Amino acid sequence: MDLRRDVFQAIADPTRRAILLLVATQSMTAGTIAAHFDTKRPTVSKHLQILIECELLAKEPIGREIYYHLNANKMKEIANFIEPFQKLWEDRFNKLESVMKNYKARG
Amino acid sequence: MMELKTKVIAANGKQELTIEREFDLPVDLVFKAHTEPELIEQWMGNKVLKFEAKNHGGWIFETKNPDGIVVFRANGVLHDFVLNERFTRTFEMENTGFATQLEFFEFQKLSEKKSKLTMHIIYKSVEQRDQILKMPFAQGINSAHNRLEEIVR
Repeated sequence: MDLRRDVFQAIADPTRRAILLLVATQSMTAGTIAAHFDTKRPTVSKHLQILIECELLAKEPIGREIYYHLNANKMKEIANFIEPFQKLWEDRFNKLESVMKNYKARG
Repeated sequence: MMELKTKVIAANGKQELTIEREFDLPVDLVFKAHTEPELIEQWMGNKVLKFEAKNHGGWIFETKNPDGIVVFRANGVLHDFVLNERFTRTFEMENTGFATQLEFFEFQKLSEKKSKLTMHIIYKSVEQRDQILKMPFAQGINSAHNRLEEIVR
C-alpha cells in the first residue's frame, strides 16, 4: 500500500496518459475529467489517485472544488526531454522500416 | 549509447522542431507508409478512421483503451500533396488543450535504395512545443509506447 508507484508504470496506462494530456494546459475537477472519458467516476478516481501518488498530478482546492493539474516539475524529470521524444520517433521509424521491408518482400 | 538514426532539432525558445530520419528504403515506400491507412496503422499503432491522400483531404487517427474508451483522437487536413515528394498537414489532438499544429513532411530520394524524411512542425507557442516534448507519448498514443519504461531508463 505504501509502495511508491513508479512514474513509468503510471504512464504505461493509456487512460492515464490521456488524463495527463487533458489537464496539461488547464486544471480540471475529477467530474470534468470523468465526463471527457465517458467512463465511470470511480474508475477515473482510481487513475487520478495513482497519478497523484507518483506526483505527476497535483491537486488544488479552489472554493469547494478540487482541481487537478499537471505537476510540471515531475514531467521535466521524466522527460529530460528531447531524448525520450527522439527515442519514441526512433522506435516508430524503425517499425516503419521493418513494416515496409516486409511489404516490399511480399511484392 | 548507440547513435540514433532519428535526429530531433529543437532550439531553445522556438515554437518549432524538426525531425530527420534516413531510411534504408526507396523514397516511394516511405511515402506510402505515411499515406496508406493499413500501413500507417502497422507502424503508428493507432487506428486510421480516415485518410484521404490528396489536397484538402481529411484524416482521423484514433486509439481506444482495452475497455473501448477512446484515449487518443487526432485529425487534420492535407495540403500541398505531391506524390513521393511532400505534403503538409494540420494535426489537432482532440480532447486536449493543445492548439492545432502545422506539419511539413518532405521525402527526399538519396539513392535507389535510400531516402530521407524531414518533418518540420510548427506549434502555437514555445510553451506548447515544450509541453509536447515533455510528454513524448503525446503524439499518437499507442501500445508501443507501453515500452516507454524501458526506452527512458
